[in-house]
Amino acid sequence: MHIANPLSFDGLGVWIAALLTLFIFSFLYKDNPFYKLAEHLFVGISAGYYVAQEWWAVIYPQCVKPVMNGSRPIMIIPGILGLLLFSRFVPKAGWLSRWSLAIIIGAYAGIKTTGFAQGDLVEQFHASLLPLWVPGHIGLSIDNILFIAGIISTLVFFFFSTEHKGAIKSTAQLGVWFLMISFGAAYGFTVMARVSLLIGRFQFLLDPWLGVARF
Amino acid sequence: MASLIVFLVGLAVVAGVLALLLRVPAVAAWFARLRGLDRRWIFVAVWVLVMIPLLFPLKLPIAPTARAVEYYEEIEKLKPGDIVLLSADYDPASGPELGPMLRSSLTQLCRHKVKIVGDCLWPGGPPLLEQGFNEVARDSFHYKYGEDYVNLGFKEGREAVILAMGNSIPGTFASDFRGTPVTQLPLMNKVTNLSSVKLLVNISAGYPGTKEWVQQASRRFNLRIISGCTAVSAPEYYAYLQSNQLLGLLGGMAGAAEYEKMTGITGSATKGMDAQSSVHLLIMLCILMGNLAHWAARRQGER
Repeated sequence: MHIANPLSFDGLGVWIAALLTLFIFSFLYKDNPFYKLAEHLFVGISAGYYVAQEWWAVIYPQCVKPVMNGSRPIMIIPGILGLLLFSRFVPKAGWLSRWSLAIIIGAYAGIKTTGFAQGDLVEQFHASLLPLWVPGHIGLSIDNILFIAGIISTLVFFFFSTEHKGAIKSTAQLGVWFLMISFGAAYGFTVMARVSLLIGRFQFLLDPWLGVARF
Repeated sequence: MASLIVFLVGLAVVAGVLALLLRVPAVAAWFARLRGLDRRWIFVAVWVLVMIPLLFPLKLPIAPTARAVEYYEEIEKLKPGDIVLLSADYDPASGPELGPMLRSSLTQLCRHKVKIVGDCLWPGGPPLLEQGFNEVARDSFHYKYGEDYVNLGFKEGREAVILAMGNSIPGTFASDFRGTPVTQLPLMNKVTNLSSVKLLVNISAGYPGTKEWVQQASRRFNLRIISGCTAVSAPEYYAYLQSNQLLGLLGGMAGAAEYEKMTGITGSATKGMDAQSSVHLLIMLCILMGNLAHWAARRQGER
């Protein structure tokens, strides 16, 4: 057992992180001032970190510096458009922010639409055209049949232009089963993700802080 | 398929036995009382089931799945000198899942003596990528900064950054994480755009991440992509495996542990899997008990 030394620079950081972790965990018992302290520290420090990161990684090297040294004076235009976003704080000048927003929304709508069309719609449609019978591969054939049945029945479930009765109702109910299985799989993965985060914190408490195990 | 049938038959047998037990009034009453259980007892059980396997490892077997093998094999195909783009699109919140993937990927990449260009679409990513480069590439494999690897850092713009990198990577990242102009980095003289990259290794925690790389770069720039992602994102990305837009996938801590096994590393993911499996058993038990409690209470109400 080798507890981190709180008098060293690194050790002090480990102690602060460990105590903040325990403060957050204390919420599991009930809400308390220690939890609130850790929560507020997290929000404040995160906001500060991201502002500093955006300034030094984006605004200064891409806008301020090229404009100031004259290498790319045109960057003053995105700079001004960015500043116009803050006009929302002045009610009479708030309309100016719409110009910037129009450019942001227009550009991203274009990027997202073409990306989705290429990356999702066409490719996924193409990948769905599977043979139902693959000679010599019974397992693959069953996979493909299940896959196609899942796609068709789920699409039928979301087809609302006609009343769901008779064969359409039965197919839609099959689609619900496929959806439930997919929700179950997603829930299982979510549980794994959350437990992983918990394990990560416990590994931190046991290794660099208490020094009772090595990870 | 056989194991699935065994599992379903086993489940049916257990359900049948429990249904019979619930006919005994005393048993039904005990299950019904479970509905009032203080949830903090479940937190205590989770605490115990995480702590004990971490302190006293059970060493449960870890078997790599096909998706993890494909991820490993894609890196194995690389030749010395090939240029790989490593996009670390995550922040410390996803560290326990994605940190082991980053370190293992760097280890395998360095074993193949490939050149690594690192970038981040998340503001919190650059220090994590730098730490990984320092621990693995610099200290373990004696890689030289600027010649064998570079950390381009973070760039705001999400999908727009990916598209810009498709045209010019040095044009998108004028300077690296340390503020050095990329024109002064010898490795960046060999990098033009995404077409000069043999493989994208994407460590992804969400948006922007694997989905955006696939949508914007997979077919448009013929970019080969493998992804290590959080467990929450993994189900969404399976569709991209089906369509061969993704060539390998590591999902969450389990994926990281499988990959560690293949690369011969006993890292934090491998050591965490005993705890992971133990808590999964507890959660399955909780779901079962919760349903039985609900069922028992309903039967009592009917009487």
